[in-house]
Amino acid sequence: MGLQRPALEAKISNLLSIPVVAGAAGALVVCALLPQIAELIREQLSANFSPTMAKLAATAIGVGAVVFLITQLPIFLIWWERKIAAHIQDRLGPMRVGWHGVLQSFADGLKLLFKEDIIADGADRFLFKLAPFLVVMGAFSAFAVLPWADGLVISDLNIGVLYVIAITSFGAIGILMAGWASNNKYALYGGMRSAAQMVSYEIPTAIIILSVVVQVGSLNLQDIIAAQQGGFGDFQNWFIFRAWGLNVIGFVSFFICGLAETNRNPFDIPEAESELVAGYHTEYSGMRFALFFLAEYGAMFFVAGVAVVLFLGGWSGPVFSGPLVFFLKILAIVFVQMWIRWTLPRLRVDQMMALCWKYLIPIAFVVLMGAAVLQASGG
Amino acid sequence: MKEYFLDLWDAVSSTATGMAITLRHLFMKNETQQYLSDEKPETRWNSVIVPEGLLQDRSRMRLYVKMEDCIGCLQCEKVCPVDCITISTEKRQKTELPIFAANGQGIKQRVVQFDIDMSLCCYCNLCVYPCPTDCIVMTPEYEFAERDKTNFLYRFAKDKATPPEPPEEKKEAEPVAAG
Repeated sequence: MGLQRPALEAKISNLLSIPVVAGAAGALVVCALLPQIAELIREQLSANFSPTMAKLAATAIGVGAVVFLITQLPIFLIWWERKIAAHIQDRLGPMRVGWHGVLQSFADGLKLLFKEDIIADGADRFLFKLAPFLVVMGAFSAFAVLPWADGLVISDLNIGVLYVIAITSFGAIGILMAGWASNNKYALYGGMRSAAQMVSYEIPTAIIILSVVVQVGSLNLQDIIAAQQGGFGDFQNWFIFRAWGLNVIGFVSFFICGLAETNRNPFDIPEAESELVAGYHTEYSGMRFALFFLAEYGAMFFVAGVAVVLFLGGWSGPVFSGPLVFFLKILAIVFVQMWIRWTLPRLRVDQMMALCWKYLIPIAFVVLMGAAVLQASGG
Repeated sequence: MKEYFLDLWDAVSSTATGMAITLRHLFMKNETQQYLSDEKPETRWNSVIVPEGLLQDRSRMRLYVKMEDCIGCLQCEKVCPVDCITISTEKRQKTELPIFAANGQGIKQRVVQFDIDMSLCCYCNLCVYPCPTDCIVMTPEYEFAERDKTNFLYRFAKDKATPPEPPEEKKEAEPVAAG
């Protein structure tokens, strides 16, 4: 025998990680060519089907692509987060499963799939089973309005922003349901805290979104992006650089609200592990637990996407434009979310509420009024 | 009103400080030492050759006792927090040849049992410090898993206990057989 067992395993897992890395690179290429691919599919569909059917099929393909993206993305994001966490703490993180641990998430996912699906005694079985699907549904259906390129959006709603506000608070129902149905005090506390947090942070979020809407004059996300195009290097007109720095405050406040709405650190009070075991998903195991995880990372990605659309020009990026630029910008925001997670300690419940009601809401109103005044005075 | 803005400034500046620190650590050299399966210490008949940089400076691995130097003072046995060392000694006779440890200390005790149960050892290194003759040491060997737990009982003693002298049989005067 030439190779010892650990060395052999390392060799096999390194070989296995080649297709994964190649797949990720391929996904980026596909992302870059997305407008062309979409155009091709659209031509084929309109040539072969009636207009109604073609539109239906195009939507179905779009939904499939987005669902594929959201279900596969956490595999990357979880690995990335673990790597960032490790390196911030001067560690290496996952190194064993595949090249620099790129197969770690696959291994973990496989483990979760094969785990026993336990429903606690005394739990409300119907609600217990329903809750993770509601959470996932809330996180996934938000992606319907996220514009990837000019004309490349599943549903080009003219009230897109309103839809975003409505659907992001949908997850609170699922989380509250999970907490209630588990028949567990920690889960119930987690669910209650989550509901309180989401309801509170909805307000500053909505007001700051409104401040951008005031500057654009439209609720459509594509219109918001169109208003940010042009200028020096294609980034001069981004909203974050406009309105004399007012929008920088708006962007930071929106980012903080986004952290709170997705239950990320330092606002992960609903799942505070030192107080509540795991919060609303204490009783969940196996694939249902994985669904909550999936929804969390999906919501993270979506909130970052909305921040990019509102303040950083969406898909009309610096120099280049298109889905790839949009994707990379979102990843940059997600990186900051992870960076903050491993920097700040968790807030206390009252501190979290004080931050929202005493600081963020007044600031949001100031930003809104400032934007309105500037808009009225033609700035 | 002033405090309100001071609080805001505090929050922003302290968050920025924290994030600068974590960003610096993100690109720092990390401290983790990976478990290497290709390189490992090479054991020779009387020494262990450790590749450069394989082990940390203060790594604590398998224990070894140089029995020639042991004076049987029982200090390691007393200090061991998990009681994995068992020593029993007996007094050397005056008539025996005087022997000395490497540092010149006379060996007054014969160590007839020096057992270390490595399955209990917690690698605290506490037994190494008090040893007056530096005869108990941590070696750089770290791969010594066993399938049978009893194999972890390392017996270092070389000397055999002197068998108790057979009680002198009183020669009873055999009754003279009556003739």
